[in-house]
Amino acid sequence: MKFLSRLGSYLLFLAACFRKPDKWRMFWRAFFNEVYKMGNDSFGIVAIISLFIGAVTVIQFGSQLQGSLVPMTILGRIVRDANILEFSPTIVALVMAGKIGSNIASEIGTMKVSEQIDALEIMGINAASYVALPKILAAIFAIPALVICSMFLSNVGGAISCFFSEMVTVDIYIQGLRMDFNGFFVTHSLTKAFFSSFLIATISSYNGYITEGGALEVGSASTMAVVQSCIAIIFFDYILTQLMLY
Amino acid sequence: MIELSSICKSFNGREVLKDVSAVFAKGKCTFVIGASGGGKSVLMKCMVGLVTPDSGKVDFDGRSFYGLDYQNKKMLRQEIGMLFQGGALFDSLSVEDNVAFPLRMLSNMNKSELMDRVNFCLKRVNLENVNQLYPSNISGGMKKRVGIARAIAMNPKYLFCDEPNSGLDPLTSRVIDELIVEITEEYGITTVINSHDIKSVFDMGDHIVFIYQGKRLWEGNKSEIQDSGVFELQEFIKASRF
Repeated sequence: MKFLSRLGSYLLFLAACFRKPDKWRMFWRAFFNEVYKMGNDSFGIVAIISLFIGAVTVIQFGSQLQGSLVPMTILGRIVRDANILEFSPTIVALVMAGKIGSNIASEIGTMKVSEQIDALEIMGINAASYVALPKILAAIFAIPALVICSMFLSNVGGAISCFFSEMVTVDIYIQGLRMDFNGFFVTHSLTKAFFSSFLIATISSYNGYITEGGALEVGSASTMAVVQSCIAIIFFDYILTQLMLY
Repeated sequence: MIELSSICKSFNGREVLKDVSAVFAKGKCTFVIGASGGGKSVLMKCMVGLVTPDSGKVDFDGRSFYGLDYQNKKMLRQEIGMLFQGGALFDSLSVEDNVAFPLRMLSNMNKSELMDRVNFCLKRVNLENVNQLYPSNISGGMKKRVGIARAIAMNPKYLFCDEPNSGLDPLTSRVIDELIVEITEEYGITTVINSHDIKSVFDMGDHIVFIYQGKRLWEGNKSEIQDSGVFELQEFIKASRF
């Protein structure tokens, strides 16, 4: 019952968010600011994680293929598809849930407990739309862009790993990367990234928006935002994979 | 004029407001007084639509707030200014941008008109040369004054002040009180002030509403308050003075 009530309240929050902004100029300014903040500030962590995921994946799969009759060119293909289909969209989304999600929830939560949201409402401004919509749309742009970077960098990480481990040569690895490429996997990955970014931004904004109390509650809202976003990401990862790939 | 009729509000089965009715006259300062937790803030939130009452009516010059559709409610809210207990200034904006915010969002003023209005409002609350400071860099009294400047930026017809003196020293409290009364008289605003500062009430209140445990126990002016015959009100005044 409590879950249904929360779901209803979340949907009502979304309905309030997706109303026409009160002033387009202010909306675009906030939107570009958020895109820059989310994309630029998160690129470093996404790059490091992606390079290492690619490197580790090569070693994991390479060690299992060694000594088998399977040609080593398959390594590049396996690593590429694993990165594009699962590692890049899901791990980047989980990292973003922790980084962007907690930031959104604590920012909006602090505005709520210090009556800044109430001040917006009193002025006749749609507070949900003003504080959350630029963040939601910015996340929908920034996170898939980070996922694209991650796909590329994880394969680069794989190549670096090949170079140092001497498991296979970089040439053979790249030959594998170029083998039987299926463009639909990228579509699938970006679809997952789109859903994940929407879930992260909306769940986090909602948790911030319903915060009541003080600093402790803002902390709890931030934690709840991350936990709920992670669960939603994994759940929709499974649903979308089932729907699109099977 | 603001008219409240039979406002009731409960939270989780606990009645916070019980059939509260009152009238707030145009161009006057009406004080809503009562002990902490007595329902003053909830009543104010019901009046401005931050909390929806379970039953009852709030009329702003004949316009029933809860009977209005989304657009009309939005228009009415643009006629309301509110000074919050903690100021509720936007942390990420400078003093100047805080005052300019409602003008940027809701008016079509050009940049120079907007800056003229911002500077006028800041000057009106006796704040100059603080335009570029941030809320974290100014004192509590200055935050309240910036809050008043932001509240009057859109030329409101109705001004709501929630505990404007809380956390301020007696001298700054007096400055804030005088400012609110001056602005009310100057612009003919209907002002409602939540307070438990009896000194302010006796100095400034045109009209007083006493709320006790969610009920409106007494309503009148400051000359009648001593002879009200309401025991709870007399006790409240006595406790506040000593």
